Amino acid sequence: MAGTTCTCNCSVSNLTGEAKIEHLLELYKGNPSALIVVLSAIQTELGYLPKDWMVRVAEELNMPLTDVYGAATFYAAFSMQPKGKYTINLCVGTACYVKGAPEVQAAIEKELGIKPGETTEDRKFSFNLVHCIGACGIAPVMTINGDVCPKVTKDTVAEILSKYE
Amino acid sequence: MATVTVTIDNRQIEVEQGITILEAAKKIGLKIPTLCHMREINEIGSCRICIVEVQGARTLQAACVTPVYDGMVVRTNTETVRQSRKMLLELILSTHPAECLTCLRNTNCELQTLAKSFGIDEIRFKRVTGKMVKEDSIDRSSPSLVRDPRKCVLCGRCVAVCEKVQGVKAIGSVNRGFDTVVAPPFDLELGDTNCVNCGQCALVCPTGAITEKDDTAEVWAALSDPTKHVVVQTAPAVRVAIAEEFGMEPGTLGTGKMVAALRILGFDKVFDTDFAADLTIMEEGNELLQRLESKQNLPLITSCSPGWIKYVEHFYPELISNLSTCKSPQQMLGALIKTYYAEKENIDPKDIVSVSIMPCTAKKFESARDEMNASGYQDVDYVLTTREFARMCKAAGIDWDNLPEEEFDTPLGISTGAGVIFGTTGGVMEAALRTAYELVTKEELDSLEFTAVRGLEGVKEAEIEMNSVKLKVAVVHSLKNAKIVMDKVKEGTADYAFIEVMACPGGCIGGGGQPIPTDLNVRMKRVAGIYQADEQLPIRKSHENPAIQALYEEYLGEPLSEKSHQLLHTEYVERDLFTNAPAKKEEKTAI
Ligand code: SF4
Ligand code: SF4
Ligand code: SF4
Ligand code: FES
Repeated sequence: MAGTTCTCNCSVSNLTGEAKIEHLLELYKGNPSALIVVLSAIQTELGYLPKDWMVRVAEELNMPLTDVYGAATFYAAFSMQPKGKYTINLCVGTACYVKGAPEVQAAIEKELGIKPGETTEDRKFSFNLVHCIGACGIAPVMTINGDVCPKVTKDTVAEILSKYE
Repeated sequence: MATVTVTIDNRQIEVEQGITILEAAKKIGLKIPTLCHMREINEIGSCRICIVEVQGARTLQAACVTPVYDGMVVRTNTETVRQSRKMLLELILSTHPAECLTCLRNTNCELQTLAKSFGIDEIRFKRVTGKMVKEDSIDRSSPSLVRDPRKCVLCGRCVAVCEKVQGVKAIGSVNRGFDTVVAPPFDLELGDTNCVNCGQCALVCPTGAITEKDDTAEVWAALSDPTKHVVVQTAPAVRVAIAEEFGMEPGTLGTGKMVAALRILGFDKVFDTDFAADLTIMEEGNELLQRLESKQNLPLITSCSPGWIKYVEHFYPELISNLSTCKSPQQMLGALIKTYYAEKENIDPKDIVSVSIMPCTAKKFESARDEMNASGYQDVDYVLTTREFARMCKAAGIDWDNLPEEEFDTPLGISTGAGVIFGTTGGVMEAALRTAYELVTKEELDSLEFTAVRGLEGVKEAEIEMNSVKLKVAVVHSLKNAKIVMDKVKEGTADYAFIEVMACPGGCIGGGGQPIPTDLNVRMKRVAGIYQADEQLPIRKSHENPAIQALYEEYLGEPLSEKSHQLLHTEYVERDLFTNAPAKKEEKTAI
């Protein structure tokens, strides 16, 4: 993601994960205008914006937590939810919808105990609804990390999901 | 001053360059409707209710943020303007629950007024709300305030005040587009945050989306319980504001009628917080002299504003030892009512219900603090704001104009001019100086007015000489101004001996529980009312209050005695920076 490069000529590009975030927080201490840079780095490094890190950002950049959270919820590039190992995209475009996507959705929700936009507690699955993916011939359709699952029914959901470890 | 000539609705005027169309229109007697606009505080041009036609511009312009230029031709009242404004308002109303009859802001709501003046007779759109607004999303977590996001029109006024005037920003804009809400961060409710309960947000909210927490039902219940002895106290700033609720000019002194109204409502005794303000001066004045002598914990900082106290607990925990240990006057009187008064009158304190009428929403929080039960019971049971008190009067059919003027009950209703000026910024300082000066120098003051600490300037400074010792003092109001001075104190670049802080702009007269509207002009009139009350009183120095002298003789001994400490002083807690929780003590993860 843009904006995560460090400007202090250090070897931040070699840093990853929390070490990189810590480095940026140190670099931008007391500097609220670096908010987006830091949040972007957290999003890239951790895949989402954990609550504790947002609190740290507010403390270190010396700004209201409200502003950190406001920015985090304003920009579509930020996600508040950790991403699962597998992302399920269920199509609810017209063709899939009439062919039973709502029942499939209910079955997924029941199987995983999460709603669209959420991630299972074990971080195995994230679940999203998407609009027409152009595979109406095999509706209802869903993808799991890019694997296309054709003609899903509420009864095959559990079996499909069980293949993902 | 450079001027420009503009034409507004066919009338040509010359105005100062750089002002907005809104301001220019005012000069020819036109009030363009606004909703989000607050001068100097919220100039974001977001609601667009104020749109006007500007010749040559492709679209309608927001009058509140568009500066005038030479030769500008503006039309504020064309069919297009009227229809567009109406459409905008209908769109706002389409997200709004039409619950005026059961809303605290009924008949004093800017949205309602706009709907009326635009002649809205139907709402053509079906009610829709963003996904963050739920019908049961009313936030009652705060002891002081209630948030009803369903009624929020997203004008941003509360956010701007909380950030720019108070420097807290407990609430802000969350999400985007149609799902935007004004809320605390994460899934926190207001009561879980670092909100200091000042209520300035409720004061500026144009609708009923943030209001005081209404405690009138509890007070009515106490009043109708024959086994209870119900006692009330009234803060200094209430008397210069309550009459506004009955159509009088801001600043009208309503002391006598207020006392009469409270008796009609059924209170058994009507006492005056001003008495406890005098007592605060005795305690705090001596505390100041003691600290000056020991050179410890200076500057001494006042502690009567509970919003300010909570602000220190969150944002400046390192300055807690500088705070005066004196309770606020409300809590001093609360403690005395259930001890001194109860003993004197031979009433079991468990049968006393102690109510206070305050200009302040933070007082509700303060009365419920764990520390505030010196009598063995919660010292102050219920706190009502000026607005709630007015509602009770109206429910009881009280006809303000025809009320008699009555006097407070003795002895806890006897007070001085020094007590009454606690209601305005600079008042605690002035009252303290009147007493400290005479105690230290043993000379009588020639003039009682310390004008340097008066007025509505954000940070005021003065230097007073007592026995050839120069004392530098500062007075601040609104927390953003307090921050400026506290940062200096922290850095060690301030050489003040004594600092007065009041959380609200103007002090208590501008408190979050006062009548709406409370703007700069209204504040100035209430300040004038306070000084008028001071001048009218026969005694104007706290140490000359005979009831205070008797209290020390009969009960407390002397200022800062053990008994005083037990009843009148308190301690504070360090709080987390962003949440209401006590501060976490463990070390932060090392960087
Ligand atoms: S906020 Fe105003 S318009 Fe809305 S219900 Fe209350 S009084 Fe009516
Ligand atoms: S009460 Fe004061 S601190 Fe709390 S949200 Fe309102 S303005 Fe901010
Ligand atoms: S709560 Fe009130 S002041 Fe705040 S944005 Fe909503 S309508 Fe405006
Ligand atoms: S009042 Fe002008 S845009 Fe809201």
